[in-house]
Amino acid sequence: MKAILSGNEAIARGAYEAGIKVGVGYPGTPSTEILENFIKYDDVVTEWSVNEKVAMEVGLGSALAGKRTLVTMKHVGLNVAADPLFTASYIGSNAGMVIVVADDPDLHSSQNEQDSRHYARAAKVPMVEPSDSQEAKEFVRYACELSEGFDTPIFFRSVTRISHSKTIVSLEKKLDYKHDKGFEKENIKKHVMIPGFARQRHFIVEDRMKSLEEFSNRIEINRIEKGNGKIAVITSGLCYNYVKEVLPEADIFKLGMIYPLPMKKLIDFCKGYDKVYVVEELDPFIEDQLKAKGVSNVVGKDIMPITGEYSPELIYTAITGKKFNSEINVEIKPFPRPPMLCPGCPHAQTFNAMRKLGLTVSGDIGCYTLGTLPPYSAMHACVDMGASIPFAQGLEIAQGSEFKHDVVAVIGDSTFAHSGITGLINAAYNKRRILVIVLDNSTTAMTGMQPNPFNGSTITGEETVVIDYQKLAEAIGIKKDNFRTVTAYKEEVISETIQELLAKKELCLMVVTGPCLIYKRKKEKV
Amino acid sequence: MEKDIKMNKIKNILMVGVGGQGIITASDILSEAALLDGHDVKKSEIHGMSQRGGSVFSHVRYGEKVYSPTIKTGEADILLSLEVIETVRWLVYANKSTKVILSETRIQPQTVKEYPEGVIESLKKEFKDFFLVNPIEINKQNGDNKVLNTTLLGILSNLLDISDSSWEKAMEKLVPNGTYESNLAAFRLGKKLF
Ligand SMILES: Cc1ncc(C[n+]2csc(CCOP(=O)(O)OP(=O)(O)O)c2C)c(N)n1
Repeated sequence: MKAILSGNEAIARGAYEAGIKVGVGYPGTPSTEILENFIKYDDVVTEWSVNEKVAMEVGLGSALAGKRTLVTMKHVGLNVAADPLFTASYIGSNAGMVIVVADDPDLHSSQNEQDSRHYARAAKVPMVEPSDSQEAKEFVRYACELSEGFDTPIFFRSVTRISHSKTIVSLEKKLDYKHDKGFEKENIKKHVMIPGFARQRHFIVEDRMKSLEEFSNRIEINRIEKGNGKIAVITSGLCYNYVKEVLPEADIFKLGMIYPLPMKKLIDFCKGYDKVYVVEELDPFIEDQLKAKGVSNVVGKDIMPITGEYSPELIYTAITGKKFNSEINVEIKPFPRPPMLCPGCPHAQTFNAMRKLGLTVSGDIGCYTLGTLPPYSAMHACVDMGASIPFAQGLEIAQGSEFKHDVVAVIGDSTFAHSGITGLINAAYNKRRILVIVLDNSTTAMTGMQPNPFNGSTITGEETVVIDYQKLAEAIGIKKDNFRTVTAYKEEVISETIQELLAKKELCLMVVTGPCLIYKRKKEKV
Repeated sequence: MEKDIKMNKIKNILMVGVGGQGIITASDILSEAALLDGHDVKKSEIHGMSQRGGSVFSHVRYGEKVYSPTIKTGEADILLSLEVIETVRWLVYANKSTKVILSETRIQPQTVKEYPEGVIESLKKEFKDFFLVNPIEINKQNGDNKVLNTTLLGILSNLLDISDSSWEKAMEKLVPNGTYESNLAAFRLGKKLF
């Protein structure tokens, strides 16, 4: 049977067909829908983990215990999960462990444009990359097999336009898969990474990468498609389609496994031409490795940009020098439609209050980051998830005795659970005197309403514990009188409470509650 | 463009509008219908922050074998738009023979003081195949203001070679529960409009 699936739906389908049993991750555009679709299949166990590091660690445990496992995150999530990643590489995986990382060229919904392929090289973990949904589905299964065959976690890289584009997929039956080995608790030399054991594992990792590279020269997903030989291109993933579209006669080396590269086969390929184009979005990941091996006739970033998304037109123009022109002449300039908080959003009043009070606001990531734009104009920094609270502490420290007690950290509920609490502990422990405001809209709104540890339900909708802000504050060491909860809808009350807490000149926690309107509407429908 | 590219006759349909207008569902229906008719199909869009009033677009391409999920500049066969100024935003994808289907809806963000005038007139000058519909009129005829996008699909269906039964099956699968009848009626209204 055929269906038209998004890349993310296809990854979920692939996981199901491959007999993957466990799916864990933390939401983040464009990766979120993978778990949201995986959960629809029978006989799977899923969770929204508290953050990506936790997801990676839960995933590693589950793979080592003998269940094929999927771990999903967006590119910046991999930064959070990098610590377990580098050592998981040493430990290996036992059952298949597929780590999906979705990059976001052009920053459709992200705070940076990093190229996660570098992690494959840095952590010595193989990486596959599909070109469409059919490959996305197939590569999950293939990745499971590689992961088990080479005893390594494996990366599955997507980009926004693979994850969110829909293409046709042939659906197959679920594999009747059973892994024969559970967690071997005696095998401490493999599972306990003290220096003595890890040193030995590092040799194994290096050997594994050599075997994988050797292997990559022989696999079908790294293939050469012969054209008329006039133009030669090395490419992978999404860009393969663009190249086929505009240069249908080119000789193409299509990479399905992008780390380790099939170096021998690539070098041989390059020998056949005067010039070989490397077409890859973001960094010159493939190009640089080829150049490092002395391949001097490859051309890539000299003629194609390092920033933004590619398109068929961009590649065509860069390689042939010819342009695509639009013939239409309409002089009217469309006004922009920048993203805005929804009308009636519970975040609005807090930003109005903070602007009017002239505070310095250390912000964080979520819908509420829009508080930086007019008409709110009340957020002055935003780095990464959880940064609001420590960043504000940095501002305080730098001001020293001149600290004016006008610094506020603002963070959403999901972000607070993800990595905000650690920063709050740091503030209490180091006797800082900032005000921390949690904007609790009962959901993870930005990424499409996922539940989190502050809203009382799990990914399956099951009821669960809710973190109690007051008790948390108390346990951390915030004075009882320095804690307040207020409703999101009364600007005056919000404003008065902020002033009252700032006047204490001590670390304070204020929680502003009001459900996200879209979330509320969704809940009422069910 | 080189000749061999032109010969691979792929239909390129670009659908545009503002978050919440039903662009994604409409393009899902078109893609499913093309699939049911045995075509290769690709569809590309970006979702994320669109719910918050942003502009939304969806590229649908179908034919014997489709590579790029996105349409190339100047190569849209049809531009279907649910919002006046959004039509202008995506004109780089159009050419003189692009067929334009436009619902004359204007959505003005709070931050914008004046909605540009004369858009329809300028568009009419550029395109000879211009299908303009009045959304108030259509909503009245449909007796329902949630199926305007389906009426535009009805107009679109007259310009494509996809069978009615595939359109109907696709709608049955993809419209919200309990709204198939009203969507089917809206689709049929669109088919009769031009
Ligand atoms: C490390 C990392 N993981 C995931 C994301 C994607 N992401 C952006 S904001 C956000 C959560 C927002 O939820 P919340 O803090 O509750 O704020 P809300 O959007 O509900 O206002 C997520 C998951 C990210 N930017 N960085």
